[in-house]
Amino acid sequence: MRRFILRRLLSAVPVLALVSLIAFGVIWLVPGDPAAVFLDASATPEQLARIRHQLGLDQPFYLQMLAWYGRILHGDLGQSILLNRGVGPAILERLPVTLSLTGLALVFAVLLGVLAGLLAAMRHRSWADQSLMVLALLGLSVPDFWLGLVLIFVFAVGLGWFPASGYVPLSESLSGWWHSIALPAFTLAAVQVGFIARMTRSAMLEVLHQDFIRTADAKGLPWSVVVTRHGLPNALVPILTVIGIIAGGLLGGAVVVEQVFSLPGVGRLVIGAILSRDFPVIQGGLLFLALIYLLVNLAVDILYAVVDPRVRLE
Amino acid sequence: MLRPFLRRLRQNRSFVVGATLVLAVALAAILAPLLAPYDPLRSNFHDRLAPPGAAHWFGTDHFGRDLLSRVIYGGRVSLEIGLLVVMATGLIGTAIGALAGYFRRLDNPLMRLMDALMAFPAILLAIVVSAVLGASVANVVIALSVATAPHTARIVRGSVLVVREMEYVEAGRALGASDLRLLFGHVLINALAPLIVRLSYVFAIAILAEAVLSYIGVGPPPPTPTFGNIIAGGRDFMTTAPWVMIFPGLAIVLVVLGLNLLGDGLRDVLDPRMKL
Repeated sequence: MRRFILRRLLSAVPVLALVSLIAFGVIWLVPGDPAAVFLDASATPEQLARIRHQLGLDQPFYLQMLAWYGRILHGDLGQSILLNRGVGPAILERLPVTLSLTGLALVFAVLLGVLAGLLAAMRHRSWADQSLMVLALLGLSVPDFWLGLVLIFVFAVGLGWFPASGYVPLSESLSGWWHSIALPAFTLAAVQVGFIARMTRSAMLEVLHQDFIRTADAKGLPWSVVVTRHGLPNALVPILTVIGIIAGGLLGGAVVVEQVFSLPGVGRLVIGAILSRDFPVIQGGLLFLALIYLLVNLAVDILYAVVDPRVRLE
Repeated sequence: MLRPFLRRLRQNRSFVVGATLVLAVALAAILAPLLAPYDPLRSNFHDRLAPPGAAHWFGTDHFGRDLLSRVIYGGRVSLEIGLLVVMATGLIGTAIGALAGYFRRLDNPLMRLMDALMAFPAILLAIVVSAVLGASVANVVIALSVATAPHTARIVRGSVLVVREMEYVEAGRALGASDLRLLFGHVLINALAPLIVRLSYVFAIAILAEAVLSYIGVGPPPPTPTFGNIIAGGRDFMTTAPWVMIFPGLAIVLVVLGLNLLGDGLRDVLDPRMKL
């Protein structure tokens, strides 16, 4: 097991190096001078030179890269031009919001998705199966930001059950936190519920066609026991895979949903930076979010090896 | 060879419903100048935020522009972008996936680069690329292709890896066919099914993502109507004129639902083993 984890960690190194190269490299995509993009046309040459120096653009690119790698190895993501502070602290300060949002959305998505998928598989080709799958497909087809706006319109503006925007920290008040995060988390979960439900259903259907299920059924076990005790554990690996896949979807969705609900999270920080061309925050934010994604997938891979011993012996 | 496929497609309910939806929307987009009752850009300050009615079926926005016309023209832009992204992603993804799957030496470097690109949330990558390059239809297409190509490449590589071990490929090699001829003439053509299924989903993803880009403000610049920027415009008038944001959203759901159904149908027929 330890060897498996070590091998997996080692294989992540080249990907990490490439990820940080890409995160840094977005500044090279700017047509023309990134400093000029940040400032407006009235900027003096001195101002331009100062921003260029701040971005490290007055140095050859390999020195820029070396400095960037050197900094991130020390855990320093650089200095924001606009906020006049470190990118790392700015991200960490907003992290609880994004973690609340994605964490709750993940719980919603897994609970609802696995439940719907199980029900559909148990009642294969029934009326319930078909309507659940139509719902799942609908979830996959609704744009998340629009769903958020519609939910705000119905539940915040119309019924007044939830605030339309803003965030209350968990440490301040539990019910305040729940009220501020429930709608956004549900919005974020909707797409993933559809995804997980479809995946769970097909994984379960595959398992339910195996011989040992027929045996369990034939020896007289109640169908619900057959499904939950004999079927579900064997469908866990594909379901786990989905959680790794949707980690990216949840993080990306959080960026959009935070924007719609005006939640002060990491995503909103990065979008703000993108719109004002604050490159150090864009680069640091990209790297940070990619790191979270890689970590989640590392955890999922290790969980695989725990659930299915064949994986670690491969 | 194609006939049994076409027959099975015609019998597949997902495919038929999806294809009908997509065709209807595509037709509306192509015939936009004939179908749209008004000029989508002409404002009319006497008719601002008019509710849906006989004169304006979907109502009007805060400039008094006819919403139905804007949604129809918005569909035109969305479908155009979606189609271009499908073509670009198809080409780039196939090229990278085929090279990585067929030439062992290229596999590791190419796929690690794809892994690295896939580590970024796709939508964020698209927003950054589109914003940095500058908002235009072409740059939105580039941004969305960068975001969708890596996964496509991975899928193509997977099927190329299987097909290249087939006996007929070995036979071709024994007959003296060159690598490129084998790859393009024999391997790729037999690895097409998963790619076609993936591209129908890429179309759906591109339309959803284009709407997000437009909503955030890094899509095709106004006054060009797109689903996303009509919704963004309606956001501030949600309480007084909810129809401005409702109708374009429903239009997106319709198109994307159609594309997803189409993809499901194609998957059932072409690639029954694939799960999602």
